Amino acid sequence: MSQPVIVARDLVKRYGEFAAVDGISFEVAPGESFGLLGPNGAGKSTTMRMVGAVSTRTAGDLTILGLDPDRFGPEIRSQLGVVPQADNLDTELRVRENLLVYGRYFGLPRKLVAERADELLAFAQLEDKGKAKVDSLSGGMKRRLTIARALVNDPRVLLLDEPTTGLDPQARHILWDRLFRLKEQGTTLLLTTHYMDEAEQLCDRLVVVDKGTIMAEGTPAALIRRYSSREVLEMRFGSDRNADVAGRLAGIGDRLEVLPDRILVYSENGEAELERITGAGLHPITSLVRRSSLEDVFLRLTGRSLIE
Amino acid sequence: MSEVRRSRSAAEGDAYRDPSAMDAASDVTRAALAAGRNPRRWGAWYVAEHRFRVMRSYTGTVVVAGIGSPLLYLYALGVGLATIVDGSVGAEPVGGVSYLVFVAPALLASAAVTVAGEEFTYPIMLGYKWNPTFSGMHAAPIRPQQVADGVILSVAVRMLVNAVLFFALMLVFGAVPAATGFLAIASAVLTGLAFGAVLMAYTSTLEEDTGQLAMVMRFVVLPMTLFSGTFFPLTVFPIWLQPIGWISPLWHGTELARVFTYGYPEPIWLTVVHVAYLVAMFAVGWVWARRIAVRRLRK
Ligand SMILES: Nc1ncnc2c1ncn2[C@@H]1O[C@H](COP(=O)(O)OP(=O)(O)O)[C@@H](O)[C@H]1O
Ligand SMILES: [Mg+2]
Repeated sequence: MSQPVIVARDLVKRYGEFAAVDGISFEVAPGESFGLLGPNGAGKSTTMRMVGAVSTRTAGDLTILGLDPDRFGPEIRSQLGVVPQADNLDTELRVRENLLVYGRYFGLPRKLVAERADELLAFAQLEDKGKAKVDSLSGGMKRRLTIARALVNDPRVLLLDEPTTGLDPQARHILWDRLFRLKEQGTTLLLTTHYMDEAEQLCDRLVVVDKGTIMAEGTPAALIRRYSSREVLEMRFGSDRNADVAGRLAGIGDRLEVLPDRILVYSENGEAELERITGAGLHPITSLVRRSSLEDVFLRLTGRSLIE
Repeated sequence: MSEVRRSRSAAEGDAYRDPSAMDAASDVTRAALAAGRNPRRWGAWYVAEHRFRVMRSYTGTVVVAGIGSPLLYLYALGVGLATIVDGSVGAEPVGGVSYLVFVAPALLASAAVTVAGEEFTYPIMLGYKWNPTFSGMHAAPIRPQQVADGVILSVAVRMLVNAVLFFALMLVFGAVPAATGFLAIASAVLTGLAFGAVLMAYTSTLEEDTGQLAMVMRFVVLPMTLFSGTFFPLTVFPIWLQPIGWISPLWHGTELARVFTYGYPEPIWLTVVHVAYLVAMFAVGWVWARRIAVRRLRK
């Protein structure tokens, strides 16, 4: 196997006494799509900034493309495409101009940048928006423009910090489609998200991060196998009755999770569990059998739901 | 801790000259090292290019301010007010020249300070905070110091264009008797940058604008004109008020411009002091602005 693109070992970032990242280790191979999954404040963005060579680590080892970001910041950044959590497109410039000025930062000739700008506008499905003002774009369009901008230097590694947060489902799917193409072309992706479905869609491998440390690591399927079950049965008995009913469900499924608004039964076969429960005379107001997801993994690992 | 950080950032600057870095490097590493070369060398210029493009979006303002306001001032003060001043008090109080000749170089210097006031306040807040394009540059291969350098470079160019236009109008009005007059263009840019670099550094320290910038405009930029010998010589003030002028970059810049445009009589050492003061102020502001850029961008 070829050398990893990113190697982080015991990476720490402290702000004063507070450790935003508290000893994280991971490696990303060329062409791999690697995810950092975790709730707000987990330290995802801080990790991304260190990998992006814009923030100095407090302790630990970090190399990107075989280089130490403390010494070779510009060299590393010349090979990265960065999509920050908050868009920082220049709103004083037009859409296409944003690509033109950004391409120059990599020391690329104007002519080449102009060609790439047109290709990337097409890739981002913004061909007819080249002269538009940035502020006139929708959230999804801005995000696509930021991704286009991140590709202007033909990067080896693309860093995406919550690429689809705040987008409506349709915009999100368009974006996933674009990212999927990049992945197929062999671009290494490092992305953070707090959406489980996004991680399942885009990541070959991921780490679950909480409070600056890694809780688990693996492929989405492996994590689900290890920390959850094949299916999940969700039942609502009414918020005042959930706890009461839960007491009578002993022995049902592999495991139970009692949340304020619902009860989750982890099992190989959700339908079969539901039959046993109704057979015992318990009738949920609503019930739903679904595939187990990373959300369940997260819940299992931290006892908390991922999204707020 | 800060020791460590300083040595790290010093190391980043030297990275290129370290031959061991190239040893045993894989292809990707070598590609990265090669691709870093242009940005390391020209990064500040790329930032300036970006700023020029932004300035182009307000070319109208730049040109109107660049030509319109000198026209207005030269005419109103140099021709209008001059008829009263020259007629009533004669040429003696302003050093033996007409009021127009006296006031024009001062207006040239103060125009550069006005540009500094525009370019080193809100655009800096924008770049760091409101529309953080500076973070975007830093996420590309640009170093924080180059962000500061590039912004200063772009504003220097705008000041130069502004001063050249202004100077041309001074020639039209017959306000430049001395052959050394064109040097006043350089002194005006230096004056604008001396004040501007310090202003930029100060603005860079602001996390939030809760009225500080308006205060700077009202209580620093505006009064500076009054105490810098712009409209009347500093010597009309009692001696204990004159130090306000001595610390004002605009006073030094104004006196310097007068030396160039009409040979205003002052000892040579004082001319040297004007230049030294402005250069020193610029250097302090520049170094400070770069430091803050590192602190804010590389967090
Ligand atoms: N510049 C900073 N100064 C102080 N604390 C910070 C700074 N940046 C992030 N933090 C803190 O570090 C923690 C992790 O933040 P972040 O990496 O942004 O989390 P995430 O991206 O996973 O939501 C948060 O508690 C945040 O408040
Ligand atoms: Mg974040």
